[in-house]
Amino acid sequence: MSFDRQTLPHEVVIPSDLHVARRVEEDILRAVASVGYSREDRFAIRLALEEAIVNAHKHGNRSDPTRTITISYAIDAHRVIVRVRDEGGGFAFRTVPDPTSPDRLSVPSGRGIMLMRAYVDGIEYNERGNEVQLVKKNTRVSGLRTEKPEVHP
Amino acid sequence: MPEAEAEAKLTVTNQDGITVVEFENRKILDELTINQIFEKLNELADAENVPLILLNFRKVEHLSSAALGALITLNKKVGQRNGRLVLANIHPQIYEVFKITRLDKVFEIRGTTQEGLRVFR
Repeated sequence: MSFDRQTLPHEVVIPSDLHVARRVEEDILRAVASVGYSREDRFAIRLALEEAIVNAHKHGNRSDPTRTITISYAIDAHRVIVRVRDEGGGFAFRTVPDPTSPDRLSVPSGRGIMLMRAYVDGIEYNERGNEVQLVKKNTRVSGLRTEKPEVHP
Repeated sequence: MPEAEAEAKLTVTNQDGITVVEFENRKILDELTINQIFEKLNELADAENVPLILLNFRKVEHLSSAALGALITLNKKVGQRNGRLVLANIHPQIYEVFKITRLDKVFEIRGTTQEGLRVFR
């Protein structure tokens, strides 16, 4: 799915503060639950959204509460679209190291993007790299489970 | 108060010399909760010459990559002190997170507390 400029119906601009961001996260999860997404889908959305918000705050906005995070979203019976934008200069999202490589397994950080990719059906960054769009389909409607990375023994 | 902002809670018991820690928080997501939890866990690891710790995830329904990172750090500390860290009772959805990140190969994970305790014998 391309990162188009379709306006999403809901937009919230908040200070870069994880407590405030989590209230928006809870609002989104409540709305998702009310439309009938499965527990598994809600788990996936919460996990991906949490990682996106933490990345925006810690890496994009460098934990600066004077900066803002913009969270926009659309929720219907078929899919959830969420965009999270920070005020940072962006990052090289195409060259994120693989956290499952043997030399990185014991590194405490660097798994957020991998987990986002694993738990949503679509993830894209804008060109600058300071906004991520997550798309999660309703598996109860689509009948498809999000493909997780293959797990090798 | 939203649970994410509630105080981090742990129940700590000792079973035959093994420190058994049960997480009471359903969500281990936010930095404050993670810091509180792992400050306590690191204290427990430091308190024993050879730390033997079992973490019971029975009540945990959500955790973030930051929590995984804190677990890795704890695991390293325990290993450096020639101790052992075992994770048990992990909900299937959470266990999948460990598998996706291949951390199921890094940690000793068992299905139940009893199976986890047997690891130390």
